[in-house]
Amino acid sequence: MFGQRIRRVEDPRLLSGRGRYLDDLGHDALAVAFVRSPHAHARIVDIDVSAALAVDGLVAIYTYDDLDGRTSEPLPLLIPHPTLNQGRTPYPLADGEVNHVGEAIAMVVASDRYVAEDVVGLIQVEYEPLPPVVGLAASRDGDALVHADVPGNVAATMVQEVGDAAAAIAAAAHRATLSLSIERSASMPMEGKGVLARWDADDESLLVHTSTQSSTSVRQAIAAKLSIPVDRVEVVTPDIGGGFGVKIVHPWPEEILVPWAARRLGQPVKWVEDRREHFISSAHERGQLHEVEVGYDDDGRLCGLSVRFWHDNGAYTPYGLIVPIITSTQLLGPYKPGAYRVEFQSMYTNTVIVTPYRGAGRPQGCFVMERVMDAIAADLGIDRAVVRERNFIQPAEMPYDHGLMFQDGRPLVYDSGDFPASLAKLKALVGWDEFDSFRAAARAEGRRVGIGLGCYVEGTGVGPYEGGHLRVETDGSVVVSTGLTSQGQGHQTMLAQIVADELGVEMERVRVTTGDTRRFKYAVGTFASRTAVMSGSAVALTARKVRAKALKIAANALEAAVDDLEIVDGQIRVKGSPGSEIDLGSVAVLSNPLRYAFDAGAARATQFAGPVDPTAPPVPEGEQPGLEGTDYYSPVGSTFANGMHAVVVETDPETAEINILRYCVVHDCGTVINPMIVEGQIHGGVAQGVAGALYERMEYDDAGQLLNASYMDFLMPYASEVPHIEIDHLETPSPLNPLGVKGAGEAGVIPGSAAIAAAIEDAEGFAITTMPISPSQLFDLRRRHCER
Amino acid sequence: MTRIKILVDGVDYSDDVEPRTLLVHYLREQLGKTGTVVGCDTSNCGACTVLLDNSSVKSCTVLAVQANGHEVTTIEGLAIDGELHPMQQAFHENHALQCGFCTPGMVMQSIDLLHDNPSPTEQEVREGLEGNLCRCTGYQNIVKAVLAAAAAHRESAPGAVPSGGST
Repeated sequence: MFGQRIRRVEDPRLLSGRGRYLDDLGHDALAVAFVRSPHAHARIVDIDVSAALAVDGLVAIYTYDDLDGRTSEPLPLLIPHPTLNQGRTPYPLADGEVNHVGEAIAMVVASDRYVAEDVVGLIQVEYEPLPPVVGLAASRDGDALVHADVPGNVAATMVQEVGDAAAAIAAAAHRATLSLSIERSASMPMEGKGVLARWDADDESLLVHTSTQSSTSVRQAIAAKLSIPVDRVEVVTPDIGGGFGVKIVHPWPEEILVPWAARRLGQPVKWVEDRREHFISSAHERGQLHEVEVGYDDDGRLCGLSVRFWHDNGAYTPYGLIVPIITSTQLLGPYKPGAYRVEFQSMYTNTVIVTPYRGAGRPQGCFVMERVMDAIAADLGIDRAVVRERNFIQPAEMPYDHGLMFQDGRPLVYDSGDFPASLAKLKALVGWDEFDSFRAAARAEGRRVGIGLGCYVEGTGVGPYEGGHLRVETDGSVVVSTGLTSQGQGHQTMLAQIVADELGVEMERVRVTTGDTRRFKYAVGTFASRTAVMSGSAVALTARKVRAKALKIAANALEAAVDDLEIVDGQIRVKGSPGSEIDLGSVAVLSNPLRYAFDAGAARATQFAGPVDPTAPPVPEGEQPGLEGTDYYSPVGSTFANGMHAVVVETDPETAEINILRYCVVHDCGTVINPMIVEGQIHGGVAQGVAGALYERMEYDDAGQLLNASYMDFLMPYASEVPHIEIDHLETPSPLNPLGVKGAGEAGVIPGSAAIAAAIEDAEGFAITTMPISPSQLFDLRRRHCER
Repeated sequence: MTRIKILVDGVDYSDDVEPRTLLVHYLREQLGKTGTVVGCDTSNCGACTVLLDNSSVKSCTVLAVQANGHEVTTIEGLAIDGELHPMQQAFHENHALQCGFCTPGMVMQSIDLLHDNPSPTEQEVREGLEGNLCRCTGYQNIVKAVLAAAAAHRESAPGAVPSGGST
């Protein structure tokens, strides 16, 4: 199964309309809608609900004053960091001040969503507007403050340095400076967030369904906030309509408020985010401004690199500094920077919070580093691929320690990778060496074409751990669970492939559950391209454990030595001795000595079913009943995948329309479990990379209004905008895990802006320093360069 | 409340609805047909696409009362006796879905597309699906699936026009 293009087990259900997304559940539940701030920054003077009270179907209206106990405290700062000394998080409902358009102020519970929305429209909130801080320039000015007690709007300043970058740059034969910026986009899954909570008053317990990327942590957070013993709370993820990072943040205000209201009202309560809410009250990413100084030798080799950047973290910092830390470290890509200094400031603005979106700070870092490579090539007149080759970390230098601290608080050490081989494959795939003549021929026809490269390294499979549980049922079926969640990646298929191979059963007999705390209570979550690495490894280790137990029991039953046994299609047999075999289901029966025969299988495990050893206990010492096991995988560090993209664009000489003619990908995520699924992940990532390079941006006006908060105005690409993608694989196994795998989920998005900017630059002949870029922006750039 | 009569997935329904009720909410809330989902508020994403009298519509842009006296086919009405519709099968074989949220609408729109143009080019498929958003697949395998379904249909029934399952 491993390495095969196995069709997904998830598909038949999802294709038939039998998916169970959050809003498909809880039709008996009360519906929630929120009053959200129309101001980017304001004090709340008064909330008047009197006009709303007569609406038929209204159940409750809650404001901050109704919150009790720990629900009235700010939401948790999920990932503290010593340098984040001005971390701020919101309250579930605003306590007197709002800091972005969309912040929740009042919660309405009603018989259905139509009624709840009617009530929202009748609640009058009086505001005293405060000066809004929108964009990094205004934030850095510090004239107005987002949080009155945070000087200069600076949430954190962080510096990492290896060697003496300033001295190395000063001593270098050549120097360059670059100012680069990248704008906001967002995960934008097709399904927004949603929460359904049921309170069982007799049992004093909560069952919460939520579209999260971390059910175990939401469970802990709800228990803590609602002061309920954690064993009285279970959190289940139903089918999730995409995540891409935004659903790793937790607890969202609604994940606390909905269970809180369900308990208070004694009725099921459900909230489903609408699209506008998702735009203005979930999370964005990407907005950064970089100032770079680089020194290099005559061959284009880096001597020293100094990067200073400003990261727009929005109004609050619930997810800590993860995004800028990733930018600051993963910026280095496959290169040796010489001496390196990076300093960033994470800045408050009166806009939606910024938390990881697929790629999580890497697209910005990759954009910066690849712009540096292209600038060096242009300055020295060296082929852009050659400059990269000269700066690559070589395979023989692996594992390669950058001397920096990564996002997991551990050293940034690349475990494996063959960057020269990746680039050679990419050059062959795209026809790099032949492009000069293609470009010249096109120019002769009055066309403008260009080619660009983007190379990245991605730390995947971040710890601390994941686990797996596996049980063989007496009918021979295999039930597997892991705690992290799925948002469409095909985890059920991929994990079943691993189990089928490790255990020796048919894949059809394996059922996998993810993200259900009733099944598995210890987990971290789905982020950082970690499921195949973490849960894949954990499930493999678990299957090996269960296999060993099965063989031990079978050896006893078959009167054979364990080493002589094999498992094929669920049958344990003596190698080379046909006829002596026992199926896994029967082994499961034998593993669980019984008193009561509830079916024919069970009868075989009862006390009078066969000869017994009267001197030994029915369950051998050191063993447990049942053919099941649990194991965990916890690596010493991340495993680093890599890839390289080449893009060919054509720009219209008159309209400045930008068309992608070819998009080529070479991808190395170690050993591939299911190439079909990995390629699907790359396709989706590339589409988001193209989107972030050419179409998507968050259009805030100076007052902090998000002008394009709908799919009508936010240009998420359709099939007509995303190019055909050509892929070649390289497999450099990771030495860190039992499967040799590396993460693949985020990779496709990372070098999009870098490669497309380079291709446009090549077509146009002037530097591209800001992404995304629209035809009208390109048109303006042409005019400015003509004027010069 | 207004009385409506609609044939949905081959079954006659007669219900009282508020005049403001959207067709998609009628399907989901009153009939329990949750296979048709809502992805945006602005009729841009197409996740709620169904066939109304055999032509695709975004059911978030149609009032339930407007469907009175008409025939609706949803994703739940495509498979016959548990066997996937050829378009569903093509999506499965070509890995044309990941999270599956856009899939019902995408499949319904793809059926409508081939109904209008049984032998589309890749570009015609891409343009024919403009109006349905997918955030997972980058569309590549969706386009591949639609082309595969068209080819399979040409081979199996030359000259015939593919349609929704229960209609």
